[in-house]
Amino acid sequence: MSAVLWQLLQIVLVVAVSPLITGWVRLVKSRLNGRTGASPFQPYRDIYRLLQKEAVVAHSASWVFRAAPYVTFGSVWLAACIVPAFTTNLFLAQAADLIALVALLGVARFWTALAGMDIGTSFGGLGASREMMIASLAEPAMLMVTFSLSLISGTTAPAQIIAFILSGGVGIEVSLGLALAALVMVAIAENGRIPIDNPATHLELTMVHEAMVLEYSGRHLALMEGAGMVRLTLFMALIGGLFAPWGMAQAGDGVLAVLVGLGAFLAKCFILATALGVFETSIAKMRVFRYADFLGGALLLGLLATIFLYVSEAV
Amino acid sequence: MLIAAALSALLALAVLGVATGAEMWRHRLVYLCCMIASLALLAGGIKHLGQTPGTGPAIILPIGLPWMAAHFRLDNLSALFMVVVNLATAAASAYGIGYCSHLPEPRRVTPFYPLFLFGMNAVLIADDAFMFLVAWEFMSLSSWLLVLADHKNAENRHAAFVYLVMACFGTFCLLTCFGLMAGGEGAYSFPAMRAAKLDGVSGFLVVLLALLGAGSKAGLVPLHAWLPLAHPAAPSHVSALMSGVMTKVALYGLIRILFDLHGEVNWAWGAVIMVVGGITAVLGVLYAILQDDLKKLLAYSTVENIGVAVIGLGLAIAFKGSGEKTLAALALVAGLYHIVNHSIFKTLWFLSAGAVITATGERDLGKLGGLTKRMPWNGVAALVGAIAISALPPLNGFVSEWLIFQSLFKGPSLPHWAMKFGVPVVGAMLALAAALAAACFVRAYGIAFLGRPRSRAAAEAHQVPVSMRLTVAFLAVMCVVLGAIPVTITDALSHVVTPLTGVQFAVSADLGWPWLSPVSSTRGSYSGTVLVMTGVGLCIITLLLARLLGTSRLRRADAWDCGHKESIPQSQYTGQSFAQPLRRVFCASIFAARESVDMPDPGDNRPAELKVRVIDPIWVGLYAGIGRGVDFIADLVNRIQYLTVRRYLLMMFATLVLMLLVVAVRQSQ
Repeated sequence: MSAVLWQLLQIVLVVAVSPLITGWVRLVKSRLNGRTGASPFQPYRDIYRLLQKEAVVAHSASWVFRAAPYVTFGSVWLAACIVPAFTTNLFLAQAADLIALVALLGVARFWTALAGMDIGTSFGGLGASREMMIASLAEPAMLMVTFSLSLISGTTAPAQIIAFILSGGVGIEVSLGLALAALVMVAIAENGRIPIDNPATHLELTMVHEAMVLEYSGRHLALMEGAGMVRLTLFMALIGGLFAPWGMAQAGDGVLAVLVGLGAFLAKCFILATALGVFETSIAKMRVFRYADFLGGALLLGLLATIFLYVSEAV
Repeated sequence: MLIAAALSALLALAVLGVATGAEMWRHRLVYLCCMIASLALLAGGIKHLGQTPGTGPAIILPIGLPWMAAHFRLDNLSALFMVVVNLATAAASAYGIGYCSHLPEPRRVTPFYPLFLFGMNAVLIADDAFMFLVAWEFMSLSSWLLVLADHKNAENRHAAFVYLVMACFGTFCLLTCFGLMAGGEGAYSFPAMRAAKLDGVSGFLVVLLALLGAGSKAGLVPLHAWLPLAHPAAPSHVSALMSGVMTKVALYGLIRILFDLHGEVNWAWGAVIMVVGGITAVLGVLYAILQDDLKKLLAYSTVENIGVAVIGLGLAIAFKGSGEKTLAALALVAGLYHIVNHSIFKTLWFLSAGAVITATGERDLGKLGGLTKRMPWNGVAALVGAIAISALPPLNGFVSEWLIFQSLFKGPSLPHWAMKFGVPVVGAMLALAAALAAACFVRAYGIAFLGRPRSRAAAEAHQVPVSMRLTVAFLAVMCVVLGAIPVTITDALSHVVTPLTGVQFAVSADLGWPWLSPVSSTRGSYSGTVLVMTGVGLCIITLLLARLLGTSRLRRADAWDCGHKESIPQSQYTGQSFAQPLRRVFCASIFAARESVDMPDPGDNRPAELKVRVIDPIWVGLYAGIGRGVDFIADLVNRIQYLTVRRYLLMMFATLVLMLLVVAVRQSQ
């Protein structure tokens, strides 16, 4: 019963805090740039404003264009419900594991890319094509991270991996470090962050994600932006949960432990969001065809993480 | 009984097909009867799917070789493949009812079509090597004739030639393979082969030959070369069957030999097969991304999916050879699940491609676009197929890839170092193939069905006949069903796997329906059913929230496109431009892909041109090399064609002396 309750709480929580986290990243970046910056609550106002506006849809759009925001947001939301944020005692924990998580993010990307191609403009196709190129390296990299985690803990379910790590079953391993590095690189790519993509750009030739959602407006745009924010929260919960699971409540824990878990989750999110802001400010964006080196590196790190397990076993 | 009647009916239909003449209703009648026969065979397959192993119906007919009757048997494995084959053939036959009138020469298709169905089904129930090979050749030759249906096109003639050569090569390998298994006494019945023990060398050769023989039919790299030529050349409903089903019959042959007849394959072969599967999957999808011809793209995508299924089979062999029977069963279930899935979504896509060709007359992606608005049924069905084939949840393609990943993740538990290091690499290949498949089908669907029409033909596309629409809709529903209730399917598959691996196995071990938990409840689980319900629930909540908090007003306007006013549809992204980043990243080394811009000098009026050069390493390296070798030998032999009578006599005499010498040497030993 408590699993259902905590699941419902998580479903609401991920959507509720996502705009705040995005707002915080923007604030950190503004301050580092020497600007005052908007309040961290500005994204809530932005989304509300977009929801109030009428949606303008191109004549050439088909039903795919109109369905895509709902499917994209729905699948990212579903993915975010699977990753344990504050407790591993979730109803959906057994419905999907990390492989399914990667695939659910794939669903969102698939629909967004199709929506980009639906209007029949060159920018939409450009965004879709580049996004699929990035994904074709980022997705295997994330599966390799899953592979090494599953070799360490014997399971692919995030809740079980966290439970395993919390039970002290694993010390500091080279493999974990490599897997963390790979996952962070994937997270940067999946969220369209510098150096892969610039979420603030509207310069035609450099945009990837923005190019796909260029034609959206009104509630459709609100959902697409919202999906991006939830995706950022998801990756923070994933990195914080898998590699720093301290404070996470587990099955059988009481309400107090869950409250501690909630506090720990929010603290981790703000640390990661601040780090992201600092990181983004301190480096420059890459050229498009350098992405392959960056993400190929992530894939190799993921692969090395599994290979290193045997090496450390053999030594 | 039902099955025998349906098979005889197919043979009779082939004869009737010759007499159809020009009247279209007769062709339609033949397809209708084919559909009924397929449904009967499907029912027979489903009925025997869950039977206790060893109780399948068997029949011995006094035909074939004089000293050996023809043996037939329907065991669990045959029953499964009978379901796979006939689900797709029933759909393709129903499609044919409407499609046959759009073919340029239906009389070149109708007689051979039932024969093709007969051949595929007969392979599945053959219980001796002779009948197996006869049925195999039935299948090959009838499909060869179907590839030649549009024989006026030189490309199709070339495709048919390559196909015939490869089919002969494959049958030659299988013939030798069965010969080795039958041994010196010529025990050609399958039960006798099962009982026979193979020594080391012939055991090795049997696996190698089975891999070459069945692999060339299934399209394993590097034996895939005929597949993207021949599959697109046939009429679309036949392409669907060649790609969706005939490749599965080939895998049936592989499973039959490696898991059943041979029985004791070394684990190292499993590792080899797994790596071949991984390479096939990645190369297949990379080829597919480079194609502009919709049907060629689909054929290469078949190569990829066969690779994925073969990864599962290879793993199962490695596990079985190392004594891990439960894991072997898991990997085999995963491979078989993928085989079932691929037969459905590939048939769906080829039939959709047929509808596109019927509606527009085009199969070049560069001339399509915006079809989902003109052909809504096909638009939705093809989208479902694209999601399924890209291995995205909640559809069926994801479930089988999930199972294959789960069994791959258990691979390092084997004691062999080759597997410990090989499995992560194959895992990376599989992940790469899955991600690239998504890119490939975003491209295929996005270019053909979305955007604005790129040609007049696409702009004026019309709806296709209702039988063609209903079949794709049916297959799309099947994709959803097979994805939403995975446990029901794996339970059915475990009946097939039990006799092959010798272990009772259920994928939903301790969580029960509808949770898929291959190893134990804490080792990773998946439930399509729960995920679908939650996902749909969340999407509806999203919709309601957006309505509740905001407005539902909608205005249609011109596309914004950053303020550019684009009027010509040619300014859209094309298939080539979509593939460009992927081509640069992945194909620069494998295919030596290069781009060059041909820019005219100032004052020159000719348009600038972007040239793309892609070299197929396997065709250039392997097949062209073999071709040159054959030519060289032919030239050598050619020299002895124009000799004088005296010299011919001398050669005969020399041969005679040589043979006598050989006999003398052997007798003296």
